[in-house]
Amino acid sequence: MSTIIKKTNLFKAIFNKQTRAIPIVEILLLILLIVIPLFVGDFLTVIITRMLILGLLAISFELCWGYSGIMTFGQGLFFGMGGYAVALFANKADFVQLWGVIPIGIIIGMCASFLVAWLLLLGKRPPELIFIALGTLTFSYAAERLVAGWYWVGGGNGMSIYEYLRIGSFEVEPGLLFYYIAATILLLVYLASRFLVKSQFGLVLAGTRQNEKRLAFLGYKVQKFKALVFCFAGAIAGLGGGLYAHHEGFIGPGNMGIGISTMAVIYALFGGAGSLIGPIIGVLAIESISFTLSDIDAVRGYWATILGVILLVVVTFKQDGLLGFVVTQRERIGTFGILKSTEHKPSENSQHLKNEKKDASS
Amino acid sequence: MKKKMPLLEVKNISKYFGVLTALDSVNISVQENTFHGLIGPNGSGKSTLLKVIAGDHYPDKGDISFNGNNITKHSPELRAQNGLNLKFQITAIFPELSVYDNILLSLQSSESFWNLVLSKSRTLFHDRIMDTLERFKLVDRAGSLAGELSHGLQQWLEIAMAVIRKPKLLLLDEPTGGMSPEERRATGELLLPIKKDCTLIIVEHDLEWIKDICDNLTVLDQGKVLDDGTVEHIESSQRVKEVYTSRV
Repeated sequence: MSTIIKKTNLFKAIFNKQTRAIPIVEILLLILLIVIPLFVGDFLTVIITRMLILGLLAISFELCWGYSGIMTFGQGLFFGMGGYAVALFANKADFVQLWGVIPIGIIIGMCASFLVAWLLLLGKRPPELIFIALGTLTFSYAAERLVAGWYWVGGGNGMSIYEYLRIGSFEVEPGLLFYYIAATILLLVYLASRFLVKSQFGLVLAGTRQNEKRLAFLGYKVQKFKALVFCFAGAIAGLGGGLYAHHEGFIGPGNMGIGISTMAVIYALFGGAGSLIGPIIGVLAIESISFTLSDIDAVRGYWATILGVILLVVVTFKQDGLLGFVVTQRERIGTFGILKSTEHKPSENSQHLKNEKKDASS
Repeated sequence: MKKKMPLLEVKNISKYFGVLTALDSVNISVQENTFHGLIGPNGSGKSTLLKVIAGDHYPDKGDISFNGNNITKHSPELRAQNGLNLKFQITAIFPELSVYDNILLSLQSSESFWNLVLSKSRTLFHDRIMDTLERFKLVDRAGSLAGELSHGLQQWLEIAMAVIRKPKLLLLDEPTGGMSPEERRATGELLLPIKKDCTLIIVEHDLEWIKDICDNLTVLDQGKVLDDGTVEHIESSQRVKEVYTSRV
């Protein structure tokens, strides 16, 4: 009996909305991340590695939308450009070293996102949300059409990478080692992003999301802050694209167009926007459901329809996503100062005033 | 004796919204460390003038000089960085942030990029934030969400956000709007001590309150300056009385 009570208390501690649930979810996911390849076969390890790489894309979108209020449909563009860049290095220069692939993806993603930010975000007047959404969508679509018609980068067939990723002379095939490399990179990107959004810089981003105009009247150059986050997110997407191209051995127009850009949006909305862990949960959930449904004989013909309905139901009826079941909005926003809980108890002075009021009324 | 240069000078400012003339060749001059009231009937252009000074609207004609510099074409960010702050008519706080974080956000705006990323200044600012919260009677609510405060406390929070930055000129658009008489009195008491460090321009409908707190008044009517001068001068002005008795 006492065991049952203890278990109930533990459940309450985990899922009570007063407690901080995000660190618990993060630790659970981290443990899962470390041990899961030890319990599944090579095939599933490869599938999960792909999910982790897509997690980078989801984080890059979340930094833009969930933290900075930039509605971007262009993260697929930076993802694809990172992928194409490393594929070109692999095919034209036989360069497949991991130590080079990572910075190539980052630099290409950052430069491309800077160019888009310069055109869309850094104008004389703050751009409307819809302008940025449609602008990034157009860039993404145009880039997809461009590479689909450009023979040098493989045209509509895309580019295959025939050599495995290397660390020195050691080949990294998709499998356990690639999994842990991808997991480590995702973890580092997650921690760096977490550090950023929890810092005083993150407080500015939180302000941007809530009242951009007011922030300008406090003296902040809001568009510059947005552009910085956009470039950081672009770098993450480019890094993801570089890893993706090597993991899949292929990059094509579909990996940099509207389709994958929209998937980044759906990952975040499904998992729960406004937190960094939500989009990763979104990727894991959507990709797992897709994989499972497509493998069931009874629904193989119409699994995509079922997935679409599930996405619609969650996005429509649970607007804070799957994470909303355990995490409050307040926790997602968090606090940024160093206020201790003991410091906002009623002061002696105010208590005195309250007593005075009581006396007067009696 | 040489006359002291005004902190703010608005020269022949006009602002049009389509065919509507919101401001018509308005001139005002505000001396340092004074409280200057803008009064007038509804639609007289008080809030528009405040927004033009703060950079929310750009004038169609005329010039604004602040602290000796022409700021007519400066962005709101630049004006704020140079010490000119606005408290909006409709409370503009960050409702999903705590009261403490609202103040921190206001205070850290002049910090460098790396200081913000590395969170170098939040410890340094802590005591100053707590002092301001204490002064504006918000210390008990420091950890509460700003959106959960009463309307009056939200107004105080917004004034506190402006005051903590030690601006040279603070523009307050209806700071006592929606407050009880008791809260209005307390707001006046909160504002008076800042006179030694800061100049205030206040738009307010409560004439008794503004007369008590301000040194000088400018009366606007239909986008034009009807009269300006000391409180005593305005109180005895026949033109002002006519406008107020006929329209207010």
